[in-house]
Amino acid sequence: MSRVLAGKAVSLLTVLLAVSFLSFLMLNLLPACLECQILGPDNLDAEAVAEVRAELRLDDPIPVRYVAWLGDALSGDLGQSYYTKQDVTDAVVERLPVTVELLVLSMVMSLAVSIPLGMVTAYRAGGILDRVVTGATFGMLAIPSFMMALLLIYLLAVEWGWFPATGWTRLTADPGENLRSAFMPALSLALVNVAVFTRLLRTDMMATLQEDHVLLARSKGLPTWRILVRHALRPSSFSLLTVAALTVGNLLGGTVIIEQLFALPGIGRLLFESIYKRDLMMVQGVVLVMTTGFVVINLLVDVLYAVLDPRLRTRRLAHG
Amino acid sequence: MADTAATVALDPTAPGSPLDDGTTLAEGAAADPAGRRRRRGQGITFWLATGWLGFVAFVAVTASWLPLADPNDQNLRNKLAPPGSSGHLLGTDGLGRDILARLAFGARVSLLIAFAAVTIGMVVGGALGLVAGYLRGWFDAATTWVLNVVLAFPGLVLLLALVAYVGQSLLAITLVVGFLSVPTYARVARATTLAVSQREYVLAARALGARNRRIILGEILPNVILPVAAFGLVALGVVVVLEGSLAFLGLSVKTPAPTWGSMIAEGRRHLDRTTHLSLVPSIVMFLTVLSINFVGDALRSRYDVRESAL
Repeated sequence: MSRVLAGKAVSLLTVLLAVSFLSFLMLNLLPACLECQILGPDNLDAEAVAEVRAELRLDDPIPVRYVAWLGDALSGDLGQSYYTKQDVTDAVVERLPVTVELLVLSMVMSLAVSIPLGMVTAYRAGGILDRVVTGATFGMLAIPSFMMALLLIYLLAVEWGWFPATGWTRLTADPGENLRSAFMPALSLALVNVAVFTRLLRTDMMATLQEDHVLLARSKGLPTWRILVRHALRPSSFSLLTVAALTVGNLLGGTVIIEQLFALPGIGRLLFESIYKRDLMMVQGVVLVMTTGFVVINLLVDVLYAVLDPRLRTRRLAHG
Repeated sequence: MADTAATVALDPTAPGSPLDDGTTLAEGAAADPAGRRRRRGQGITFWLATGWLGFVAFVAVTASWLPLADPNDQNLRNKLAPPGSSGHLLGTDGLGRDILARLAFGARVSLLIAFAAVTIGMVVGGALGLVAGYLRGWFDAATTWVLNVVLAFPGLVLLLALVAYVGQSLLAITLVVGFLSVPTYARVARATTLAVSQREYVLAARALGARNRRIILGEILPNVILPVAAFGLVALGVVVVLEGSLAFLGLSVKTPAPTWGSMIAEGRRHLDRTTHLSLVPSIVMFLTVLSINFVGDALRSRYDVRESAL
């Protein structure tokens, strides 16, 4: 198993390298006058420009600059914003907790709803509840998170005033307020995933419930909830896990919108603002952090597979 | 794909894609223990969905000739008029512009980007997957690796970065979305090709001395094109949502050109006074994506990749 994982990690590493190079290349080849950004359009005399170019090593070939940038990045230095002179690493570290909290919260919310729903609908497939849920989730698939967010803002904030429409309270400042400010953003990200997860788990669960070990458990007279939870859920949760991990990629994109909409100080908003300002260094750093996180999460899920299904440990070993 | 739907998945084939959960509404009914199967063609919902899509497409194409107000014509004295006011069937927005007209012209942007991006992805990705799946070997390995790199980016993040730098023109957005969806189609095409190339008639063609090009175009392509097209249909909805998300962030086609997403975003500012500004475009977008999903789902369950892969 560890050898398989090592192989996986190496291949992911190459992907990560390629991704970092691509994002570097992309942002450096695209037209953007860095000198103008730093000096301002009015102070563009030749000497100053040359100085800035030398300082940023803009005249070096791209591979050289990439290696330098990557080397710095590996030691935790993502460079400095050309606009605010803030360290990119500092900015990311400062804003990352907000986004992570949002992601975790929305993931917990969607799993907490969709796992029971998926189990019940699979158990009573074809029943009234199943039909209602299947129909409703199909509809929910067509509601983008920004639409959902607006709906929630309108209902929960404007009409009923239960939650603040925008803004963020730090977890350390006031945990209760923090949860209140995170609730609506997390929920609007979660709802679409509820639809995806529920439908997925329902399908897998229906297949699992046909299997012999479930029949055996039932003939032993085990209570239904125990069969569903102990015997059927675990073997049915593989695609759910994969999808949940892949969803993190979508969620990362979603946070850009949602953080903007709810005015949350997370890295999604940082990315958006930096894109607007054409703050190259910041964009590069944030994209690298987001992508790395996404890739690492998917590697972790591969590890989780082995934990969930003992057969995989040996089977993969035999192949690998 | 949905991403949220707005946290959209650019990859409808990924198991995570909302519509690849193996359940279709029709199948849901088929799984009924009573074994009632709907085999007699498509139900009324299917035709309703098709009708709505046809209507939206018609309006989008003919928007300039329909008796609509100018979508950018401002009238500050008549702003925020509710739906049903005289001359403005769906009301006016915060600048007094006619919402119906803006919806119609916004449909243009949405549909144009959706169709063009899907076509680009389908043609490029389909060809790539076809060749990779047929040739196998190093070309296949290299292609798969490149696709994995593209897929390793969180889709919308890459999209945002690219669009912000490449520009906010219709062409740029279409190209970027199309490019980002290439891996999806390449995967479907490759998987189907792998299965199809094992068939006897491919072997027979080869035994008869047919060249690779002839086998790919004549024997394999006809079998791969339907599953890929079915995914393309589902992906239309994804692209509409994507464009909507971009527009919502103000990164789609430049203002004042109307798009559904930007209309929803504008309506947000007036949410405390009136809701129709956001609600009307939201409903239109929801119905459109829902219809696309429904039709795509129904058609895909007919030409299921998994079935044809057997």
